[in-house]
Amino acid sequence: MSYLEIDHVTKLFPAPEGGSEVCVFRDVSFKIEQGEFVTMVGHSGCGKSTLLNIIAGLEHPSAGGVVLEGREIRRPGMDRMVVFQNFSLMPWMTVFDNIRLAVRAAHPDWHRTNVDRFVQRYVDMVGLGGAERKRPAALSGGMRQRVGLARAFSTEPKVLLLDEPFAQIDALTRGVIQDELVRMWTASRSTVFMVTHDVDEAILLSDRIALMTRGPVALLAELVDVGLPRPRSRARLIDDREYLRLRSHILRFLVEGAVGPGETRGGLPENAIETTRFEEPAAPLARAASQA
Amino acid sequence: MRRDRVRVIGVSTLLGLAALLIWQAFAAGQPAGRGIPGPMAVAATAGHMLANPFYNNGPNDKGIGLQLAASLGRLAIGWTVASLVAIMGGVVLGLSPTLYRAVNPYVQVLKPVSPLAWMPLFLYTIKDSSQSAILVIFMSSLWPTLANTAFGVATIRRDYLNVAAILQLTWWRRLVTVILPAAAPAIVAGLRISIGSAWVAIVAAEMLIGGTGIGYFVWNEWNNLALTSVIFAILAIGLIGVLLDAGLSRLSRRLAYTE
Repeated sequence: MSYLEIDHVTKLFPAPEGGSEVCVFRDVSFKIEQGEFVTMVGHSGCGKSTLLNIIAGLEHPSAGGVVLEGREIRRPGMDRMVVFQNFSLMPWMTVFDNIRLAVRAAHPDWHRTNVDRFVQRYVDMVGLGGAERKRPAALSGGMRQRVGLARAFSTEPKVLLLDEPFAQIDALTRGVIQDELVRMWTASRSTVFMVTHDVDEAILLSDRIALMTRGPVALLAELVDVGLPRPRSRARLIDDREYLRLRSHILRFLVEGAVGPGETRGGLPENAIETTRFEEPAAPLARAASQA
Repeated sequence: MRRDRVRVIGVSTLLGLAALLIWQAFAAGQPAGRGIPGPMAVAATAGHMLANPFYNNGPNDKGIGLQLAASLGRLAIGWTVASLVAIMGGVVLGLSPTLYRAVNPYVQVLKPVSPLAWMPLFLYTIKDSSQSAILVIFMSSLWPTLANTAFGVATIRRDYLNVAAILQLTWWRRLVTVILPAAAPAIVAGLRISIGSAWVAIVAAEMLIGGTGIGYFVWNEWNNLALTSVIFAILAIGLIGVLLDAGLSRLSRRLAYTE
């Protein structure tokens, strides 16, 4: 039995104007081992964030289920912490209090001084010492997500769910925070499920990458093993053959092959290709070109 | 910015002086003892009343300070109790879309009713005029805070509630650390409207119940044909209204947050 098992999960959304339900994705099944870092990559609308929310317990699957350590997930819990794309920090609380909220929830029996010391450790871990008394609005996106990471790690969850955590952070800061994530993950050895658009990020961080076809009725098309040895450095990956092979494989899938079986490209209405065109690769390609 | 401020204060002072001049000219053009008293007469009365605001010479002759204190006391009780009830009710309504929509028609019907319309019912049921006045204040303070709290809670960003759910906060901690702070700006906006309408209602309520209070004072001075006192009372009522609002405005600045 594996650690975290996504078992034939299907998600239907009610149609907006009374029509039939819309199937976001169907029959998604895969397993994540303890301590593994698995990333899901796919186009907007393939339901990857929805799947993440189902694992978090914030949404319910229409069919199938998610099993963590042999128990089915039905509601949110402290064993699964989410790092949100929009940070989702409480704007009326300071940095310190945001993390403190989580630590207190994880350890309701702890004494106040104990809690505060523990919070301070995580504040320092993400390099936010000195900014404890600031509110999130006074911080940059990168610093806010550091708080998000500290909040998530501070509860020492079994599973960490990262919902496009670096999407709203500028490209230069992104690398630094990715390194911080790797450091914290290496230290904690928690199991991670991440959702992203960024192929480079997925390869840099993951043990395996799950590729989704285009929605609606998205399917899990492939699980790509990332055999690159750790620790990985961005500098060394740039002209690593395996890295480049993985990268072009995934990009080719996203650009050409991310069409579900039973609906070939010719079968789609003409404008559908136009409107669902994958736009993200442009940026990573340009970045790789400028670095080469 | 600074120059703007100076200009605003200048224009404001000029307008005030002009109004006083017109008022004085209007009052001076009328035969003595009839018509509206002028600002000088009002100022004289004000000086007289403020010299000893807390004297008490029996039921029909009390200082204006005592009368205002009586009104503010009623306001404090009625508004505080109404605010607590309205915030609690608003949180419940805001968290349950079904209940919100089910209760909304009743709130909409009750909201436009003048709080004074309840007075006969209160007098009939509790048979105490002072408590009835407090209940009128209660009724006038209830709806704005209730509606604002329900709206504020209903529009809390899903993300905050998701975080609360993931952290499995107890309902009490969820209320205190997430729901109330998130809805605080809307709630305080409701409290400000409430205290304003309560202060408006108290004057009318006290005119009806008699005994004490600034509303009763105004009516009593009218019966004495002491219009200078009436005008001074109007100014005092307005000033206290401004102070009440300023207090809550400070509270609202403290509780505001940017996302």
